Amino acid sequence: MSRTETAAPRSLYATAARQSVTKLSPRLLLRNPVLFVTAIVAAMTTLLALRDLVAGTGGGVTIQISLWLWITVLFANFAEALAEGRGKARADSLRTTGQETRVKRLASADAEHGSAESVSSTELRKGQFVLVDAGDLIPTDGEAVAGVASVNESAITGESAPVIREAGGDRSSVTGGTTIVSDWLVFKVTAEPGKSFLDKMIALVEGAERQKTPNEIALSILLTGLTLIFLFVVVTLQPFALYSGTSIPVVFLAALFVTLIPTTIGGLLSAIGIAGMDRLVKANVIAKSGRAVEAAGDVDVLLLDKTGTITFGNRMADGFLPTQGVSEKRLAQAAWLASQADDTPEGKSIVELATRVLGDDIPRIAIKEHVAFSAQTRLSGVDVEHGTTIRKGAVDAIVKHTGTEPNPILIGNIENIARSGGTPLLVSQDSQILGVIHLKDIIKPGVRERFAELRAMGVRTVMITGDNPLTAAAIAAEAGVDDFMAEATPEAKLERIRDEQAQGRLVAMCGDGSNDAPALAQADVGVAMNSGTPAAKEAGNLIDLDSDPTKLIEIVMVGKQLLISRGALTTFSIANDAAKYFAILPALFLGAYPGLATLNVMGLSSPESAILSAVIFNALVIVALIPLALRGVRYAPASASALLRNNLLIYGLGGLVVPFIGIKAIDLIVGALNLA
Amino acid sequence: MTPDLASVLLYLVVLVVLAVPLGHFMARLYRGERTLLTPVLAPVETAIYSIAGIRAEESQSWRAYAFAVLAFNAAGFVFLYAMLRLQGFLPWNPAGLAPMAPDLAFNTAVSFVTNTNWQAYSGEVQLSYFSQMVGLTVQNFVSAATGMAVAVAVIRGFACRGEGRLGNFWTDLTRSVLYVLLPLATIGALILVGQGVVQTLSSHVTATTMEGTEQVIAQGPAASQIAIKQLGTNGGGFFGVNSAHPFENPTVLSNMLQGLYILLIPVAFCFTFGRMVGDRRQGIAIFAAMATMFVAGLAVVAWSEAAGNPMISQIAGTAGPNLEGKEMRFGATLSALWGTATTAASNGSVNAMHDSFMPLSGLVFLVNMMIGEVIFGGVGAGLYGMLLYVVLAVFLAGLMVGRTPEYLGKKIEAKEVSLAVLAFLSMPLGILVFAALSVAVPQALAAVQDAGPHGLSEVLYAYGSTTGNNGSAFAGFGAADPFHTTLQGIAMLLGRYAIIVPMLGIAGALAVKVPAAPTAGSFPTHGPLFVVLLIVTVVILGGLTFFPALALGPLAEQVSLAAGTRF
Repeated sequence: MSRTETAAPRSLYATAARQSVTKLSPRLLLRNPVLFVTAIVAAMTTLLALRDLVAGTGGGVTIQISLWLWITVLFANFAEALAEGRGKARADSLRTTGQETRVKRLASADAEHGSAESVSSTELRKGQFVLVDAGDLIPTDGEAVAGVASVNESAITGESAPVIREAGGDRSSVTGGTTIVSDWLVFKVTAEPGKSFLDKMIALVEGAERQKTPNEIALSILLTGLTLIFLFVVVTLQPFALYSGTSIPVVFLAALFVTLIPTTIGGLLSAIGIAGMDRLVKANVIAKSGRAVEAAGDVDVLLLDKTGTITFGNRMADGFLPTQGVSEKRLAQAAWLASQADDTPEGKSIVELATRVLGDDIPRIAIKEHVAFSAQTRLSGVDVEHGTTIRKGAVDAIVKHTGTEPNPILIGNIENIARSGGTPLLVSQDSQILGVIHLKDIIKPGVRERFAELRAMGVRTVMITGDNPLTAAAIAAEAGVDDFMAEATPEAKLERIRDEQAQGRLVAMCGDGSNDAPALAQADVGVAMNSGTPAAKEAGNLIDLDSDPTKLIEIVMVGKQLLISRGALTTFSIANDAAKYFAILPALFLGAYPGLATLNVMGLSSPESAILSAVIFNALVIVALIPLALRGVRYAPASASALLRNNLLIYGLGGLVVPFIGIKAIDLIVGALNLA
Repeated sequence: MTPDLASVLLYLVVLVVLAVPLGHFMARLYRGERTLLTPVLAPVETAIYSIAGIRAEESQSWRAYAFAVLAFNAAGFVFLYAMLRLQGFLPWNPAGLAPMAPDLAFNTAVSFVTNTNWQAYSGEVQLSYFSQMVGLTVQNFVSAATGMAVAVAVIRGFACRGEGRLGNFWTDLTRSVLYVLLPLATIGALILVGQGVVQTLSSHVTATTMEGTEQVIAQGPAASQIAIKQLGTNGGGFFGVNSAHPFENPTVLSNMLQGLYILLIPVAFCFTFGRMVGDRRQGIAIFAAMATMFVAGLAVVAWSEAAGNPMISQIAGTAGPNLEGKEMRFGATLSALWGTATTAASNGSVNAMHDSFMPLSGLVFLVNMMIGEVIFGGVGAGLYGMLLYVVLAVFLAGLMVGRTPEYLGKKIEAKEVSLAVLAFLSMPLGILVFAALSVAVPQALAAVQDAGPHGLSEVLYAYGSTTGNNGSAFAGFGAADPFHTTLQGIAMLLGRYAIIVPMLGIAGALAVKVPAAPTAGSFPTHGPLFVVLLIVTVVILGGLTFFPALALGPLAEQVSLAAGTRF
């Protein structure tokens, strides 16, 4: 998918503004109790304003208050529409790739290609076979059953380099909306019409399938409860006021009620959720459910495959350790020669290192014959002039080949390498062992720092590897993971996840192979690689389109940011109430007890202005916080106590102080404009 | 240091010194471990179980536990109601008192079963010795023990490792009475008798005063009831004027002892909590939050009483502390200390008339009750009430650490939040809605003695006290009207069971969760930051709800007083 913003911001705002009005439909409002109540109160005050207007009893302030109550609802709708709009723009661009096309359907996996019948892509059903040639669009999700092809998946992943898809193995999954670049494939359809990955993705980014996440539900309950409590507060205020010898105009009670109930968080709650999913989509991760995103924030343990996540996929030459009487240069030259025909990444890395050591001194000897690696000899190398044989290989293989036992210094070096988690590779010339090449797993740069960040966030990392315990321990120590699982089998992995869960921990892992599927399904957060098998993608609850295992860390961050944004705005919203009391109560009670003017700490100019200013502030604060809700509260990995302290200071204390300033400022403007 | 300040400090220090070991003792007791008293009392305990057919080892689900609580209390109510209605036919009625009226008997029975001990009656003129000793004193023990048992069950819900069981109500009840309340009440009663508190079954004494008029001097078995009235945060006095009566609280030493007994078990429960959840810091954090609010309230009351009433000072031509409605043997400061403690602890006994305190002091008393009696609170009830705020505080702010909020390793999710909100609704419902009804219904309004904001304070106090299960009264309020006896009976039931049942539900929901070990990423619920958060939550959620009503009551009275306005 193209990563450019498809919709111009201006049209985005215009659409959102239009939708904020259509979202006034009671059916839609009912989903959000706080907003629904606000709308009812707004309707009620509007009736009162009309009555005043008809009766000719002024009511300028009443009209303004009811106007601002409607604006409060509209602002909240606008926030939600804006959050949805950003996803919609992306969904539209996706939809163009999912249009109906003609496809070639085969009767079976091995049917003659010529026998293909041309049908519409909408007619494809699960289990049918489709032939795709170079240039064809893959119409829906499937699993390759014959052929091998390079596929451009940029429509889904944004990555323009084509990837290989072939029948059998872990690269058999094909995704609807991608294009065959060369060769051909026959694939079996694995998705019913309208249920393909692309369809799911469109639904998700559009927010159509969005269901409230567990924390969001709990928060909604609390907000509804608070609304009910404030209803008690406001309704009982009239009898108390009457007892005290004053009567409060109903419109003022309505204003007090709306400013007290948590409209700020109530109005922004769904926008925060939608924006959170959108951030994941931007990171090229598709969440199958909102629950998984939220769970990502709760993760206690990350299971990470060593290969590809912590280390580069391959071992690399790290040093030449010559034996006694041999110079490093001579060893490097021999290693260089022995690796000339070795196309493996290890071989290339040896040549690279040797070239760096030798500089201009690379050997200029004619190579007579290349000896390729074979499973029997477990050696590779070259034969050069004068019948000299140069070989490299595993320790026992070279010992057997040369018939020479390594000397003690060499043995010491070999043991050191093995202990550090590396692989020793001996180099020999004829019957002499020249020395050892240190091959090691190279830890990806920056990985150590990321694990330190995770540790600070309270997330433990466990490295999963098929290596022996000694090697695993060495790499684990170097990468800075908290724990490791050596000689891990899929069963052991599953067992480990269950074990952690039994201790009350939430586990996240990523995987791509079919044998990862049970573990992916068992994990609380299972991230499947898009390049993986359909089984893995089915089992995971998140899919990483970039197939980048380190993405798990970003997913955790997005999950945490989502929760923090909600908590911060809730705290802010409730803390705001203190100032609103100080603005509105003295205004309401001035008639009963003039002495209560001492509560008017903001020095607001008149009761009407005080109430109007509080209502206006209450509406404007929603707009002011929309960017924060959409962007998410800034999150830098830190311990929970540091996060709590900082966020409480910003959103708790800030929430107490800001409205005092804001309401005072609005009061000055209201006064200057003579609105009340 | 002034003697007043010294005695307050001494009180606080002695309180904590006694509460810490008691808290640890209770933790061992409720975990079924061996305690100091086990050798003496274990045979009695076993005998009780075998007679009553209690299977002590059987741990109950939250539903079974809640059912046992409700059933036991319902039986207690029926028994007490019948006794009050039939006291004319029952023994130990030397004064020949008549049966209590139905609405008053309902109010009284609810009051004692819910550990409120609101007294719409006057003990010496309406209750026989039998009703006092067998009816009220028994409920003084078992209603307190009920609160303690519920608190223990709730703690188990937070502490357990996923077993899903909350313990056995009958065992917790028996142990609370046998090992905690009875021994401490016995010691207390003996000391009080030593200080001159009466304890007799003889009838009233008639004396001729110096003016030559006849005066009936009430007496009776007071000491035995007073020790438990303080210890179990009951507060229902033997005499109408409660611990201001010289037979009920004769000396400064008896005053000190009773004051200590008011807060002893509630404070100890903080430490019991810490022990039982396996992290003493958690208990200390809750204690710190409660203690901070207590001292802040006490400071306001002591200051405003010491400053005195400006209008009286003006008339008298000299400034002095506010001594109206206070016993001279206690003075302003010790009365302030008692008033703060008794309203904080949901005790409700008084040694001075709360109606006569300064408006700001009245405000503190009201706030103590309105926030749900969680500043130490009733025995057991204070702790589970505070845990309700903990759940809300953790949920509100807990999201800000980027995880699903959790407390003691257990996630606070939709179910817990729903139940917490449900429980939380009972205070505004019982106080605001019922008080609003009282001022809106003309018949009910007649009960209010004073005009102006003080009258509203009286109404708010009456419903704050009953919903909060406190039981103390602003003296001006005529509570004996059937409208109020009935509505307040409902308020007391609401304040007790509409919190107990949801809290047990929360405990049940948490009990099935396996706690996760704390990590750097989990919400830290000990230390100063959490203490501040908890206090702010109590003040904002509890306080903001009642702020408008308080503004029209004590706050309006305070500003009017300053302005010299009378009503």
